[in-house]
Amino acid sequence: MNIAQAIIEALQSLASNKLRSALTILGIVIGVGAVIAMLAVGSGAQQAITGSISGIGTNLLFVFQGNFTEDVRNPKPLTLGDVSAIRDVFLAPSVANAAPVIQGDREVSFSGEQIRSTIYGITPDYLVVRNYHLIEGEPINESHLLERASVALIGPEVADKLFGAREGVVGSTIRIEGQPFRVIGVLEPKGGGAFGSQDNVVLVPFDTAQNRLIRRSRDRVDVIFVSATSPETVRSAADEISQILRERHRTAIGADDFTVFTQDDFIATANTITSVLTIFLGGIAGISLLVGGIGIMNIMLVSVTERTREIGLRKALGARRRDILIQFLTESSLLSLIGGIIGIGLGWLIAFIVGRIAAANNTLLTPVVGVDAILLATLFSTAVGLFFGIYPANRAANLEPVEALRYE
Amino acid sequence: MNDYVIEAYDLTKIYKMGSVEVRALAGVSFKVRRGEVVSIMGPSGSGKSTLMNLIGCLDQPTSGRYILDGEEVSKLKDDQLAEIRNRKVGFVFQSFNLLPRATALANVELPLRYAGVSKGRAERARRALELVGLAERIHHRPNELSGGQQQRVAIARALVNEPAILLADEPTGNLDSKSGKEIMELILTLNRERGTTIIIVTHDPRIAEQTQRVIRLMDGLIVEGGA
Repeated sequence: MNIAQAIIEALQSLASNKLRSALTILGIVIGVGAVIAMLAVGSGAQQAITGSISGIGTNLLFVFQGNFTEDVRNPKPLTLGDVSAIRDVFLAPSVANAAPVIQGDREVSFSGEQIRSTIYGITPDYLVVRNYHLIEGEPINESHLLERASVALIGPEVADKLFGAREGVVGSTIRIEGQPFRVIGVLEPKGGGAFGSQDNVVLVPFDTAQNRLIRRSRDRVDVIFVSATSPETVRSAADEISQILRERHRTAIGADDFTVFTQDDFIATANTITSVLTIFLGGIAGISLLVGGIGIMNIMLVSVTERTREIGLRKALGARRRDILIQFLTESSLLSLIGGIIGIGLGWLIAFIVGRIAAANNTLLTPVVGVDAILLATLFSTAVGLFFGIYPANRAANLEPVEALRYE
Repeated sequence: MNDYVIEAYDLTKIYKMGSVEVRALAGVSFKVRRGEVVSIMGPSGSGKSTLMNLIGCLDQPTSGRYILDGEEVSKLKDDQLAEIRNRKVGFVFQSFNLLPRATALANVELPLRYAGVSKGRAERARRALELVGLAERIHHRPNELSGGQQQRVAIARALVNEPAILLADEPTGNLDSKSGKEIMELILTLNRERGTTIIIVTHDPRIAEQTQRVIRLMDGLIVEGGA
């Protein structure tokens, strides 16, 4: 008996019990569909997160005070001195620019509207390093710093909420913690990021923030944003910065009292989290596939019992053990294969709907049905069919012809 | 070539039912010539079915030798037995045992498929169906055929591999007397025209009297016609 015939015969036999076959297939459809959909949503989440981290700028590094993984006693704060050292071309040739930032959440209001947003005290370099562009107005410049001018650049979200518009707001005076600031420009939207929304921000001159809004002691810096000369030099820039800061903080021996983060670090962390999530979701979905497989086994056992006489007849006509085994394995594999194929469609549909729902809620989540997920689900479901088909098929193949023919 | 298609020497078959041993066959010896028509008779419990299973290679004797068409089959393994059944035995059952989902042609093709024949299979099956007078109905399914026609399909299926013996178990048992008569005529015609060796297991004396020799069984032993 060749394979094509075995398949045709198996299809005929499955077709003779349509409802039963359909229900058995449904078990596999749900299992495979769930696996595909979960993997798709998982990898979609991964891409969304990776994408939004990349949106920050590809050659960006962050320097924070303190060590995130080890305990350090009396960590030295980052200072403006550190910033100038990092900007030294000879000490750090891979660094293109470095911008000190102090930040804090404050009340911002305009004619009765009040919101809370993140205030950044920045230098003109910050706009360059973070790759910010303006919808209108002009950037913060050196003289604003020197004059400790009460001027502000506002993010598009702030503009939306306070003015209900993103243009024509330059020249208005907003109040931050009750103090008047003149709006000199509006930032282009950047979307959500690793530190929450990058659009709900107000940028003010560093010295102004230091003196009037955030109140840090002289020289103190919360975060240093550094841009490397190119995406390829990010790694060496990180090494150079670490070298400089170890020397300046006299921590050449022992743990660093600062942390340099690159985007790769963020992406790697985010990927670890989403991978765990994907495996977890996929695993739960896999259980339903397993249940579907048990359904196949159940129905095949019933089928073997029902067709005992047929098996006896086939053996009397010269069917060998192997022929019967192949016949029943073909049936169970076909059940799971058909279920798998429909399941891929269902999974794709679920993923598509999840994507639509996410889009409707302004969430950046596009589920990705990968070829690997499809292959995995098809292989896995066929394997399930084979595995759970082996026992019933074996039982059929081992029937004694005399006994089987006598069965009523 | 051996004159005898079946040679059985001192066949016994003992079934174990729990701790009780049931001696279904207690030493049976007989021979059947090529081209002979033999019937096996006996009351229920006489070992008739057991003997039929041994002749048809569906089962192995507990002891004794059984030679079918020159081949010693009493020591063969399951898959080898399956091959012997396929090549040398054509079965006709009381309840026809056709596959309900398959057409007459597909039913007749089945033994050829298990024999691994791939070329000219449909043609051979069609010729077998012509032989039993069903050339017009090869694409009908069993439920579209009368009982007599179904049994003809079964006979075609039994003949398609050109076996050494045709083994019929109460072939007319499920038929009305008219179709039963037709089936018996067909079987006897096949013997006359093609020289097919035929063994009929029956308890109907009217069937048995149409055969050349009657082997009578009683309590696991041959009481008449052993030759």
